[in-house]
Amino acid sequence: MKRVVITGAGTINALAQNVPDTLKAMAEGRCGIGPLVMQDVERLAVQIGAQVQGFEPERLFNRQQLSLFDRFTQFTLIAAREAVAQSGLSFSGELAARSGVVLGNSGGGMTTLDENYRSVYEEGKNRVHPFVVPKLMNNAAASHVSMEFNLKGPSFTVASACASSNHAMAQAFQMVHGGIAPVMVTGGSESMLCFGGVKAWEGLRVMSKDACRPFSANRNGMVQGEGAGIFVFEEYEHARARGAEILAEVAGFAMSSDAADIVMPSKQGAARAISGALRDAKLNREDVGYINAHGTGTAANDKTECAAVADAFGAHADRLMISSTKSMHGHLIGGTGAVELLACIMALRDGIIAPTIGYEEADPECALDVVPNEAREARVSAVLSNAFAFGGLNAVIALRKV
Amino acid sequence: MSVQDKVIRIIAEQALLDPSDVSVDSTLESLGIDSLGLVESIFAIEEEFDISIPFNANEPTKSDFDISNVASIIAGIEALVAEQQG
Repeated sequence: MKRVVITGAGTINALAQNVPDTLKAMAEGRCGIGPLVMQDVERLAVQIGAQVQGFEPERLFNRQQLSLFDRFTQFTLIAAREAVAQSGLSFSGELAARSGVVLGNSGGGMTTLDENYRSVYEEGKNRVHPFVVPKLMNNAAASHVSMEFNLKGPSFTVASACASSNHAMAQAFQMVHGGIAPVMVTGGSESMLCFGGVKAWEGLRVMSKDACRPFSANRNGMVQGEGAGIFVFEEYEHARARGAEILAEVAGFAMSSDAADIVMPSKQGAARAISGALRDAKLNREDVGYINAHGTGTAANDKTECAAVADAFGAHADRLMISSTKSMHGHLIGGTGAVELLACIMALRDGIIAPTIGYEEADPECALDVVPNEAREARVSAVLSNAFAFGGLNAVIALRKV
Repeated sequence: MSVQDKVIRIIAEQALLDPSDVSVDSTLESLGIDSLGLVESIFAIEEEFDISIPFNANEPTKSDFDISNVASIIAGIEALVAEQQG
């Protein structure tokens, strides 16, 4: 089987609009959460979120592109441009024919849906723009990435709610690992911060009205974010032969299904995914120095996740660090695992462990080293990234230093 | 603004041209407007004139609405405006 390495990374999220600035923000423990800016915000019970600010799509895309690109596609392309540029790859001939793009996404073009529902239901219009369907479909972002970079191999979109990106990256890893593709562009994106999107989440009563405080005893819910994280996964020898800079190795992954409840997480399901990822990556428990937690800041997730980590790691659970960067960039739903993988790369490459900010009060049910409030310097050689979705679908990725 | 001026403005915008570069003899193809551009132009025309244009992208030549050139489009719109708003 072939080794898989990451040779490019790109992002746009509430913290910053590229990778270096995002990592700097994470290292500084900066918070990207603030008051939501959107139409009818006064009708929302939840009025905070981690929105991408100062974003000017008109400067990056032409009129024709804007008529076809929902916000989640715009985010995806911006992040993909950064990732592919960093990799130094250009796709033609055999490389183009075999390389593809697999992205995670949950809601598709929610802004497009929202705007057009508003126009037909609220404003009573009987005609919508002809591109509503190609704009809102979940695979629009993956397709536009394939067109922009000439990726003609296996390409599709994975939807598993909050685990979408991790499932997508696991697929991309598998394709390179198994020799199907020499290079895969992967990651994910989400843009649910529109009136209808937030309204829907409000209904579930799991959103915080003031802050995201993962693992803290006074946590009171999740805060949504938006954006994209995109990576170039490349076969190791292919990357080495062209002298590419290697950011990290994708060592393995595992997926599991709780098969239990549509919203409540299961300790067993999560623990099976964590243990499975260690096995797949041929890592010992003691090898893992850092876990980027799913850490949503809900009562249910955080205690279940800590219990799962304790089960899977045994005594080593007390020696590793686990943090939730959602406290800074919010919960990007289908794009979240991708942005969080950046914190994993920072841990391996820069020896900086991103903190869990907003941490105020110890919770005996989350009694792990959650790297509260301030980043820490530490040398780690292997890390995990957890994602546990609604619907009980879990996906854990393991990275290793090269 | 006449129907002709409005239609030329819409088509020119779609073709990323100045309206003065669009003549009534121009075909959509000669202006570089592809099938997506055509559907978008029809949408813009429907919005502008508040009419409904009978056009099915699967059978562009079979519909009553003649899109062979700018002049035929204008004539079709004038007829629809008279019929639907008359």
